[in-house]
Amino acid sequence: MLYRTAGQFKTSYTADQALFPIRQDAYLLGIILIFAWVVFPLTASEFTFQTLLIPILIYSLAAMGLNILTGYAGQLSLGTAAFMGVGAYACYKMVTIMPWMNPVVAILLSGVFSAGVGVAFGIPSLRIKGFYLAIATLAAQFFLVWLFEKWAWLYNYNASGAIQVPNLKMFGVYIAGPQADSMIQYFVVLGIVTLLTLLCINLTRGNLGRTWKATRDMDIAAELIGINLMKSKLTAFMVSSYVVGVAGALFVFMWRGAAEPNLFDIPLSFRILFIAIIGGLGSIMGNYLGAILIVGLPVMLNTLPQTLGIPISSAMVEHLNIMIIGSLIIFFLIIEPHGLARLWALIREKLIIWPFPY
Amino acid sequence: MKDLKGYVTADGRQIGGVLMEMRNITLKFGGVVAIKDISFDVREGEVRAIIGPNGAGKSSMLNIISGFYTPSEGEVWYKGEKRPPMKPYEVARQGVARTFQNIALFEGMTVLDNIMTGRLTHMNAGLVSQAMWWGKARDEEIANREKVEEVIDFLEIQNIRKTPVGRLPYGLKKRVELARALAAEPSILLLDEPMAGMNVEEKEDMSRFILDVNDEFGTTIALIEHDMGVVMDISDRVVVMDYGKKIGDGTPDEVRNNQDVIDAYLGVQH
Ligand SMILES: Nc1ncnc2c1ncn2[C@@H]1O[C@H](COP(=O)(O)OP(=O)(O)O)[C@@H](O)[C@H]1O
Ligand SMILES: [Mg+2]
Repeated sequence: MLYRTAGQFKTSYTADQALFPIRQDAYLLGIILIFAWVVFPLTASEFTFQTLLIPILIYSLAAMGLNILTGYAGQLSLGTAAFMGVGAYACYKMVTIMPWMNPVVAILLSGVFSAGVGVAFGIPSLRIKGFYLAIATLAAQFFLVWLFEKWAWLYNYNASGAIQVPNLKMFGVYIAGPQADSMIQYFVVLGIVTLLTLLCINLTRGNLGRTWKATRDMDIAAELIGINLMKSKLTAFMVSSYVVGVAGALFVFMWRGAAEPNLFDIPLSFRILFIAIIGGLGSIMGNYLGAILIVGLPVMLNTLPQTLGIPISSAMVEHLNIMIIGSLIIFFLIIEPHGLARLWALIREKLIIWPFPY
Repeated sequence: MKDLKGYVTADGRQIGGVLMEMRNITLKFGGVVAIKDISFDVREGEVRAIIGPNGAGKSSMLNIISGFYTPSEGEVWYKGEKRPPMKPYEVARQGVARTFQNIALFEGMTVLDNIMTGRLTHMNAGLVSQAMWWGKARDEEIANREKVEEVIDFLEIQNIRKTPVGRLPYGLKKRVELARALAAEPSILLLDEPMAGMNVEEKEDMSRFILDVNDEFGTTIALIEHDMGVVMDISDRVVVMDYGKKIGDGTPDEVRNNQDVIDAYLGVQH
C-alpha cells in the first residue's frame, strides 16, 4: 500500500518522462531533501559533519563520476583518485593565482581541467577494451600521482610537497581553510553535490545516457545503429572526469584541508570503485547507498560496541571493516552486480504490488 | 516487366527507381573469398530478398551495405551516388537501418529505451541542454517519444514497453529489434533472417509486419531469409547466392524455375 500506483495515470509522454513517474518516489526524495537541508544541519555535531555527512556526500559524488564512465558507458577505470587529484590541484592553483576568485566557482571550474585530462587518457579506450583499458587507466593513475610529486609548480614549491588549503571567503564568510565552519562547508558541499546529481540524472536518462548504455551493452550494434563510438566514449570520459574532478576539489578544500600526492593513490581509486560496485553500477542513487555504507561502517563499528559496553580494539575495528567490505564486494559481484540500488528496486517493486502479489 | 523507371508488381504496387546498387562486389577474408563479383540492385519501395544456403555470404553482403565490412573490390551506389568508404554509424545516418541474425539488442535497457536508441540519428541537442533537461533536449525527447510510440502501437508491443529486454522471449526480442530499426524511419531496412528460430505463428506475424511496413511507410526492404515459402510469399524480387556467387536474380517465379537455383539450393535443401 505504501507504493500504490493505482489512480496515477499518465496522460502525456511528458508526464511519463517526469523525473518521478510514481508519486511516492517524489515524497521519499522530499523527505530525504528535508533531512539533508534542514534536519541534519540543525542537529549534527562537529563529529558527525566531519566523519559522516561531508565525506559521504563527497564520496557519493566521486562514485557518481566513476559510475557514469563504468556503470553507464561500460569503460572500466582504475584511475579515479588521480582525476580527483587533478581537480584538487587545479583548484589549488586557481585560488592561489587568483585569490579574488569565488571559491565555489573555482571548485566548479576545476572539473574542467580533470575533464580535459580525462579525455586525453580516454583516447586509448577507442582501441582497447575491458581488462586492457583498466590497465591503461592504471597507467594514468601512476603517471598523474608521479606528476603531483615531481611538478613542484603544482604545490607552489612548498618544502613539504603538500598543498595546504588557504582561508577562503565567499560573501564575507569563510568556506574553506582552517577558519571555516563545518556546517557552512556542509552546505557548500550539499549544494554542489545536489546540483551535479540533478545534471547527472538528466544526462543519464536522456539521449546521451542511451548512447552510453548502448555502447556499454553492445558496441558493434551501437555503431551500426548510428552511434559514433569515439564520441560516445569520449563524452563519457569527459563528463565522468568533470564530476570526479569536482569531487576531488571538494575532497581537499571542503574536507581534508590539505593533501599530499599519495592521497590520490590507488587505495582511494579502489575505495571509490567499491562504493560504485556496492551501490550499484548503472545507478545514480546507488552511489549514495554505497558511500553511506563504506563511510558509515567503520564509524558504526567504532561507536556501536562502545555504546553497548563491548571492549573492542581499534585494530579489531579495522580488520572487521576490511572483512565486511571484502565480503560485500564478493557478494555483490557474484550475486547482485547491480548492487544496493537493485536491492532497493526489488523492494520497491514488491511494495508497488503489496499486499496483492498478483 | 521491369525498366529503368521501375515496375509494377503482381499485386499492383508501383516500384520506383534504383535506391541501392551493388556493383561487382568481391569480399575476401584472408584467403577465403566470401563474396565473388556480385552485382544487384534494390529499388525504391521494393521487398528484395537474398537467399542461399548457410555460408553463402548473405550476412556478409548486408554487412557491406551497413559499412561494417569494406569490400575488397566493387562499388556501393546509394541514392544515385557512389558511396565513399564510410563508418557504420555514418551509413546509419544516411538512412540505412538493420536487424541482426543473432539478436543485438541492448540487454541492460528497457524495450522503450532500446527503441528510443533507434531515434538517436534524429536527435542532436547539446550536452548542456541535455544536462538541464530543458529547451531543445526536452522538446526532442518528447517529439521522438511520440514517434517511438507510433512504432510501438504498429508492432503491438504496448504492454512490454517498460520491460528490460533481457526478460523477453526470443520472438518478442526479434520484434523489438525490428521496432528499433523502424524507429529510425530508414530509407532502406535490412533484415538478417528476421524469422529464424520462430514458430509458424510467429513467422506469420513477422511476415505481416514486414509487408505492413512496406505498405504503410513505403519502406524499401532487403531481407535475408531461409524459409523458401516465406520468401516466395513476401518478396518482389530475389537474389540467390551460393558459395559467394550469384546464381539467380528475378521474381520469385523466375527464381523458382531457374535450374541452377534448383540444383544448388532448392534441390539440396528441400
Ligand atoms: N568476419 C569474418 N572473418 C572471416 N570469415 C568470415 C567472416 N564473416 C563471414 N566469414 C565467412 O564468409 C562466409 C559467408 O558467411 P556469411 O556471410 O555469414 O554467410 P550466410 O549469412 O550466407 O550464412 C563463410 O564462409 C564465413 O565463414
Ligand atoms: Mg547469415
